[in-house]
Amino acid sequence: MIWNAENIITLSFAILALGSAIMMITRRNPITSALYLIVNFFSISGVYLMLRSQFVAIIQILVYAGAIMVLFLFVIMLLNLSGEKKMMETFSYKKISAIILGLMLFASLGITAFFAFFGKYKTMNPNAEIMGTIQSVGKELYTTYSFPFELVSFVLLAAIVGAIVLAQKKFE
Amino acid sequence: MELNFYLILALLLFSIGVIGVLTRRNAIVVFMCIELMLNSVNLVFVSFSSFLGNLNGQIFVFFIMTVAAAEAAIGLAIIIALYRNKSTINLDEINILKW
Repeated sequence: MIWNAENIITLSFAILALGSAIMMITRRNPITSALYLIVNFFSISGVYLMLRSQFVAIIQILVYAGAIMVLFLFVIMLLNLSGEKKMMETFSYKKISAIILGLMLFASLGITAFFAFFGKYKTMNPNAEIMGTIQSVGKELYTTYSFPFELVSFVLLAAIVGAIVLAQKKFE
Repeated sequence: MELNFYLILALLLFSIGVIGVLTRRNAIVVFMCIELMLNSVNLVFVSFSSFLGNLNGQIFVFFIMTVAAAEAAIGLAIIIALYRNKSTINLDEINILKW
């Protein structure tokens, strides 16, 4: 690994993403968790920018950090929740085994990924810079993928109708 | 940075999400951890797309984000309905489907 400016920026975005993810699952107050998740989404968006995918980076901030997390914060404030019990007070064998299970999952997936791509793909494809622009993604979206693009609008319509029906006052 | 760096980062985020789902007992926090896991899969898609020079991965990310938005709306509506009926969203107390 070469210590140039690009790698250092990528590494700091990655560390920020990991740190905020760990903070998110350890905080007791749900609002604090949601705010850390927003930090995490912003830093992942930075990693997308370092991967030369501008369109996905912008959409990440607009859709995830903008729309979805506002919805989460609204619901948390509507429900007026109190924080969970302290981690140590409810420290049971279930939680320890869950953490061990998560680490084992990471180990197995990580070993697979590491050996499958060891020494391959050292640098990005030279086309990546032109590929990630809004122009090329939009062109692909409206030509090759125009039918799935229309279908996905029905998914959103169904979700809106379903959300209104489910959150109604009298649900039968 | 080589491809392995991005893959390991995404796998670490995914594992953190799994640990969060298994350890936390607040339904909304569990839901946020699922969003984190979706995000890490998006990261794998985008990094493969950039390294292989194939645009299809980024198109997939676009569709995954749409489905994630729909899923968030529905899931939060379910949580609100649950809170109205049982006045709790602690997953240990919601056990009517367990036997």
